[in-house]
Amino acid sequence: MDFKTFMIYLVVMAGVTYLIRVVPFVLFRNELKNERVKMFFNYVPYAVLAAMTIPSIFSATQSIISAAIGTGVAIILGLCRRSLLTVALFSCIAVFVTEYVMNYMGLL
Amino acid sequence: MGNVRRNTALMQLMYGIKDGIPIALGYLSVSFSFGIIAVEGGLTWYQATMISVFNTTSAGQVAGLSIMLLHGPLIEMAVTQFVINLRYSLMAISLSQNVNKGVKPIYRFLFGAMITDEVFAVAVSKAYKVGRGYLLGLQGTAFLGWSLGTFLGAILGGVLPASVTSALGLAIYGMFIAIFVPRSRDDRRVAIVVVVAIILSCIFKYVPYVNRISSGFAVIISAVLAALFGTFLLPGNENKEAA
Repeated sequence: MDFKTFMIYLVVMAGVTYLIRVVPFVLFRNELKNERVKMFFNYVPYAVLAAMTIPSIFSATQSIISAAIGTGVAIILGLCRRSLLTVALFSCIAVFVTEYVMNYMGLL
Repeated sequence: MGNVRRNTALMQLMYGIKDGIPIALGYLSVSFSFGIIAVEGGLTWYQATMISVFNTTSAGQVAGLSIMLLHGPLIEMAVTQFVINLRYSLMAISLSQNVNKGVKPIYRFLFGAMITDEVFAVAVSKAYKVGRGYLLGLQGTAFLGWSLGTFLGAILGGVLPASVTSALGLAIYGMFIAIFVPRSRDDRRVAIVVVVAIILSCIFKYVPYVNRISSGFAVIISAVLAALFGTFLLPGNENKEAA
């Protein structure tokens, strides 16, 4: 991507991201009072992550089969409360092994 | 007296670094995959690295990258970053209650920029109010892991065999799953919100006509509708500890 276009996107992206973190950190000293607003903010991160992950995750690898198996491994490890590193690593290993087997069987 | 204070600050820095190392290691593998995705999409290695240096936010960067690569409108970029990163505002407010007086407004302009989900979780869980040294160690270590990982992924992505880059493409999503799945297990309402968000995002991907909407907006709309659903249609006050 040409540098000028990239920089315009980067400035908007980083500018919004910076302000959204720093302005409240500098200004706010008191906690939020409204229960509904607190509840909404409590849900937002998980809803965002879920919407970003599915269905995009199924096209993140060379084959939907390996992606589905990697997703399954990640969900199981997540249910077992494994760390971010463990879940990310083992889901990658699951994809690698699946694709290795598929390749061997001529399915990839 | 001067010595004691210096030692304390140094120890605080060391504590921060120690707490930051596991976060940095987790980030390293995930941002490595971000670096690969960014370069595969058409960015140079230094553009990929700059995104991580100036943003340091996994979900926001993934969404922002796709808008950038598709040459989407700037307003979409701004709105997407705003909604996806809105949670940081809440974390920033919460974290501001748990920092000591040494973290003056001038420092907040620096430390505020590096509030991530994991940094926030660790820093607010401390029984004492954290200071500048601790935040510098914690955030600095996490920042290095995130930036270095992106740089390495961007450079090595082309060198690694396709089987490895394909597998690493799942890392960032694996990390997302590791955040929302355990939370869904703890709180059934979060689980319902997560399922609603997934159904909506699948509708935006696969249903004709509706799927013309760009991926960035699809994520925002799915997430906001799902969170509103949870806020207004599910019973409240089951868990007060939620941030």
